[in-house]
Parts: sequence; C-alpha cells; structure tokens
Amino acid sequence: MSDAVHTHDHGHHDEHHDDHSHGSFGSYMIGFGLSVILTAIPFWLVMSGTLGDPQLTGFIILAFAAVQVIVHMIYFLHMNTRVEGGWSFMAMMLTIVLVVIVLSGSMWVMYHLNANMMPHPEMHMDMGSTQEMRTMDNMSGMP
Amino acid sequence: MSSATATMEPRAYHLPEEPHLHEGHSTMLGFWMYLMSDCLIFAILFATYAVLGGSFAGGPGPKDLFDLPLIALNTAMLLFSSITYGFAMLAMEKNKISATQGWLFVTLLFGGAFLFIELYEFSHLIHEGAGPWRSAFLSAFFTLVGTHGLHVTFGSIWLITLMVQVAKKGLIPANKRRLMCLSMFWHFLDVIWIGVFTFVYLMGVLR
Repeated sequence: MSDAVHTHDHGHHDEHHDDHSHGSFGSYMIGFGLSVILTAIPFWLVMSGTLGDPQLTGFIILAFAAVQVIVHMIYFLHMNTRVEGGWSFMAMMLTIVLVVIVLSGSMWVMYHLNANMMPHPEMHMDMGSTQEMRTMDNMSGMP
Repeated sequence: MSSATATMEPRAYHLPEEPHLHEGHSTMLGFWMYLMSDCLIFAILFATYAVLGGSFAGGPGPKDLFDLPLIALNTAMLLFSSITYGFAMLAMEKNKISATQGWLFVTLLFGGAFLFIELYEFSHLIHEGAGPWRSAFLSAFFTLVGTHGLHVTFGSIWLITLMVQVAKKGLIPANKRRLMCLSMFWHFLDVIWIGVFTFVYLMGVLR
C-alpha cells in the first residue's frame, strides 16, 4: 500500500514539480480583457452618472467588483478546487466567511450603535414610535 | 500459529521510509495561508473604513477630495503590472531568463508608476489640509489605502531582490518558487485594489 503511494508520488514529481496550473498566454489575455471591461464600466457609470440613482449604481459597481475578484482568482491566481488537494480552496472559503462576518457584522453593529446613541434632529424621522421620540427629546434636553 | 506470527512481526511506530517530498513542496500552500491572513488584515481595515467613512468632522468628504481620472490611471497601472507579471511567469516556464527579467522590469516600472501616483495623491491631499489627522474618515482612508501602498512597496523591493537573484543564479527551482510566491502576492494586491477603488473611491464619490 505504502509502496504504491510512493511510486505514484515519484512519478508525479518527476514529470511535474507541483499541481499548480500556470495558465497560458490565452488565459492571461482573457483575464486581462475581462478585468479591463469590468474596471472600465464601473468607472464610466460613476463618472458619467448615467444611471442617475446613486444607490442603484452602488449595487451595480459592487456586483462588478465581485465578478472581477472571481476573474482575477481564476485567471491570475489560478485558483480552483484541485490546487494543493483542495486545501487552498478550503482556506479561501474560510477566509471569505470570516471577511463577510467582519464586514457585515461591523457595519450592522456600528450602524445600530450610531442610530441609538446619537440623537440628531434628522434621526427623528427614522424613529418609528413617538414614545421613542419623546425619550430622545428628553435625553437631548439633559445637561 | 497466527498469533505467533503476529508477535514475530516488528511493530513499526514510524513510517518505514520518510516520504519523498521535494524541497519547498509546501511553500505555495504556506504562502497562500499567509495571503489569506493578510486578507483578514485588509478586511478589518475595510470594516473600519465602512464604519468611519461618513465621519467627516466638518471636514472635506470624498466628493471634494477624490480625483476619479487619477484613480482610473492608477488602477490601469496596477492592472498592466498584473498582466506583465503574468508574461514574466510564462517566460519563466519556458526558461527564458532575459524575457523573464524584461517582463519583471516592466512590472516594476508599472508598480513604481502606481506608487508615484499614489504618493502624489497623498501629498496633494495633505497639502490641501486633508491629512489623516483631519477626520475619522481621512484616518481610515489613509490607513487602508496606505497599507495597500506599503504592500506594493515591499512587493517592488521583493521584485528587485528576485531580479538580482535570477541574474546571479539563473532560473533554478528555488528562484522559480520565489517568483511564483511573488506572483501570488502581486495578483493578490491587485484583488485588494479592486475592493479599494470600488468601495473607497467609486462609492465614496457616489455617497
């Protein structure tokens, strides 16, 4: 059993020093072309203000960024589920989960902290109940 | 009888033969782990910017400060440096030393141009009184973009080091491995820059 594993390992290493795919001229050019397009469109959308609605534009450029990250991962970093027996992919997935938790968690918590701690006049419009509004007015009136 | 043979067999508590792993077999996975931890640093800086990006302290905001054509030029520099590094890797696989060195040098020029434009932007902001001390927004901005710029700076130093190494020792397996690590580092910085120009510059101007 261990012999079989060894011979397999040997043959593998002799013909190819690792299991990385290096990409070719064609794949690099595809990646480059896609990233130029995926960069140019968001810049054009924001600089020309074609869509008019900033929120819609924001969502669209975020989507473009997400696609461009995937394009770079595949064509420049040669990431796939087979590199290093799948461990690179596993590590990346764990990192993505952590990044999403850190980003969304921070924004969520801090937004609510700001909304509840800082009684600004314009924030009263966000408040649902008049009960809260009265409390906020009392608080802001305190020395 | 069978129990007798079982006791006769020497018990091995270790592998009879060490696995034949070539030198540096785990370097790429290890370097990938480093990149992922670096990614977490950037995630924290992005989160900080997301929280503080609206705290102008009565100072200038993104709309007053960011010059999108300049950022587009900067982005182009980094994107060009990514593809030229890719060409360097393709030349390396064919063992063409001079072509590899040439593409590495072009990559260095683009990386240098990126840093030059970024430093110009920073000095311009500081000259306008919009330094990192001005507001929480600018502190978070300079920390995030500055950390990325520092990474590019050290990547460039690393690039020069490897060009010297390749010139001295040629494309030996160790140098190829180092070039592959820097390739991952360089492309990784480009991925982070996608987040920076989208989240900081473009969405900042939209806000």
